[in-house]
Amino acid sequence: MGCSAKGKARRFYVISVILNGEPRQVREGSIADLVASLGLDAKKVAVERNRAIVPRSTLADVALAEGDALEIVHFVGGGC
Amino acid sequence: MTDIWSVAGRTFRSRLIVGTGKYKDFEQNAAAVAASGAEIVTVAVRRVNVSDPTAPMLTDYIDPKKVTYLPNTAGCFNADDAIRTLRLAREAGGWDLVKLEVLGEAKTLYPNMRETLDATEVLAKEGFLPMVYCVDDPIAAKQLEDAGAVAIMPLGAPIGSGLGIQNRVTIRLIVEGASVPVLVDAGVGTASDAAVAMELGCDGVLMNTAIAEAKDPVRMARAMKLAVEAGRDAYLAGRMGQRRYADPSSPLAGLI
Repeated sequence: MGCSAKGKARRFYVISVILNGEPRQVREGSIADLVASLGLDAKKVAVERNRAIVPRSTLADVALAEGDALEIVHFVGGGC
Repeated sequence: MTDIWSVAGRTFRSRLIVGTGKYKDFEQNAAAVAASGAEIVTVAVRRVNVSDPTAPMLTDYIDPKKVTYLPNTAGCFNADDAIRTLRLAREAGGWDLVKLEVLGEAKTLYPNMRETLDATEVLAKEGFLPMVYCVDDPIAAKQLEDAGAVAIMPLGAPIGSGLGIQNRVTIRLIVEGASVPVLVDAGVGTASDAAVAMELGCDGVLMNTAIAEAKDPVRMARAMKLAVEAGRDAYLAGRMGQRRYADPSSPLAGLI
C-alpha cells in the first residue's frame, strides 16, 4: 500500500480512494488537502466520506484512508 | 399594498419560484431569474467535475446571498437517495429549507408517495424544513403536513409537460385543507396556467421548463411574474359568480 519517496526524508504516500465514483490515486493527507489539490473552493462544496457527511469545519481534521469512498458535490442548475 | 407569504418562518414577496435547469447558459439563466422577480430558485446537487474544477459554477452567476437556493432532490427515486442528497445540500449551502421530491418512474415523473412520506418524516426529525412535491391528492397532502412538510407542492401536470393545471378541483381542495403554504409544482406551460394556479388560492407556483424552453425565456419569465401577480390579485379580489346565460352590463332602462 502506497510508496514513499526514496531518500532519507519520506515525502508522502499515495493511497487509492474512490472519488465521485471513480478510482483515483491521491496523496495522503486530510480531506481539506484533497479538496485544495483538486482546485476546489471548500466553501462551495460538500463532502461525504463512506456515506457520512464530513462537516466543512472538520475537513482539515479528517485524514484520508486507503479505500475511502468520497463524494464531492456542489449546486448545479436544476428544476422541479 | 404589500402581499407577502411565509414558509417555515421565512418571508417572501415573490410568489414565483423558478428552476435553474435547461437554460442555454448561465447568463440567460440569471437574466430570466432577474426578470421573473423570483426570490427563490431551485438547484440540484451533483458531483463536482473533478477533471475540470475551473468550469463556471451556478453560484458565480446567481448569488446565493441575494436569492434563496432551494436544493431539490430531482432525480432521486427512493427516500434514502433523497435524504442523502439533502444532507449534502445542507452541508454545501448551510440552510435547512429544502425541496423534497422522490420520483416513482421516469416516464411520468410522478412522485412515489410512500417513499416521499417516509423521507419527509426522516428529514423533519433531522431538523430539515422540507417543501414537498406530491400528487394532487388532498389526503396525501394532509399526511405530508402531519409528517412535517412545511409546504405542499402538488403537481399541476407531469413535470416538464407544460400541460397546465389538469385538476382544478383537487388543487382547490388541497388549498382549502392545508395549514401550510401550497405551491403548484410542475406542469405550468404558459402564463395563463400560472394565473389559474394562483386564482385557485395557491400561495405560489414553481416552474422551470415553461420559462427555460420558451423561445424568449427572459420575456416569458416576466410574463410569469405578471401572471402570478394577476392571479393572486384576482383570487384576493374574489371573482364574480358564473351564469349559464348572458346578463347585460348596460342598463335596460332608457333604451331609445
